[in-house]
Amino acid sequence: MSPQDDQPASVAASTNPTASESASARKVSRTEVRGRVWKQLPLLLGLVVLWGVLWGQFSWLNILTGFLVAIAVTRVLYLPPADISGRLNLWYSLVFIAHFIADVTVASFTVAFQALNPRPIPTSSVIAVQLRTRSDFVMTLDAIAMSLVPGSIVVEVDRERAILYFHTFDTTTAAAVEAMRAKVLVVEARIVRAIGSKDDLARIHETEATR
Amino acid sequence: MILDSILDILTGVFLLLGGFLSVAAGVGLLRFPDAIARLHATTKPQILGLAFVLLAIALQERQLSTILLLIFLLIFQMITAPVSAHMIARAGYRGGIIAPHSLLVDELEQAIDAAPEFDDTEPGSE
Repeated sequence: MSPQDDQPASVAASTNPTASESASARKVSRTEVRGRVWKQLPLLLGLVVLWGVLWGQFSWLNILTGFLVAIAVTRVLYLPPADISGRLNLWYSLVFIAHFIADVTVASFTVAFQALNPRPIPTSSVIAVQLRTRSDFVMTLDAIAMSLVPGSIVVEVDRERAILYFHTFDTTTAAAVEAMRAKVLVVEARIVRAIGSKDDLARIHETEATR
Repeated sequence: MILDSILDILTGVFLLLGGFLSVAAGVGLLRFPDAIARLHATTKPQILGLAFVLLAIALQERQLSTILLLIFLLIFQMITAPVSAHMIARAGYRGGIIAPHSLLVDELEQAIDAAPEFDDTEPGSE
């Protein structure tokens, strides 16, 4: 199903001295591949739907060619699989999306009025926010969510230490800086509650209990 | 009939809101002091502005295929806009184009100053 299915296993068979070792290596790679295909299924289905939408109809031929194109695209433009926890809390996902829409709406008009306001432009800041998650995926979602909310742009990412550096608009006081930092962490907590791993969830609860 | 006129009015309201946000984005582009501050004005209100315009289209063209297409439009805009904004912001910060005295605090600069000296003899560092 993927390049790992036969190639590395056969290479392992030719280089490994004993047959049992190569067999176990092959078994591991098989289950890994199966997990990978399972994780890629939502992406494949999304691409098929996109293909159908672009054609404007969902005939059987479209669905079939959509699958072929989706498989070809994901094979040719291969990306390392995102490390998804597999947990999904539907209720907290809805909570996150609702908060997100509200945030974007409020902040969009705030920045729009600041642009039109004849008073001088407020000062900005570059702030560092130490995230609690260990997941690249949660970190990316947090960065995207904060980037889409006006007033904050990700300037730099320290992936190793899970620090996001934001350029934040209209942070004229130290209190505003701290409010922005808290905001990023609140968004992170919402994302972790929706899709984060159990470890991340425990870490969030821990820091919120000590606060 | 009544439903149609209500939808027409809503469409008009959404189009006006979208237009207002786009105008504000343009004004912000002119007024804000440096490239990164301008990003706040252009990328963000524009997302909501686009969402309003797409909503207006969806209200007029109430077909599943159209609405699906609009949803994909919005999703791709929401995925790509932060990426391009981040690339410009990162390049802008590194290029040092931030307007002087426009920052209250700069914790990235502090972090860079606090970091140990970069050792370029380390294997695989570049």
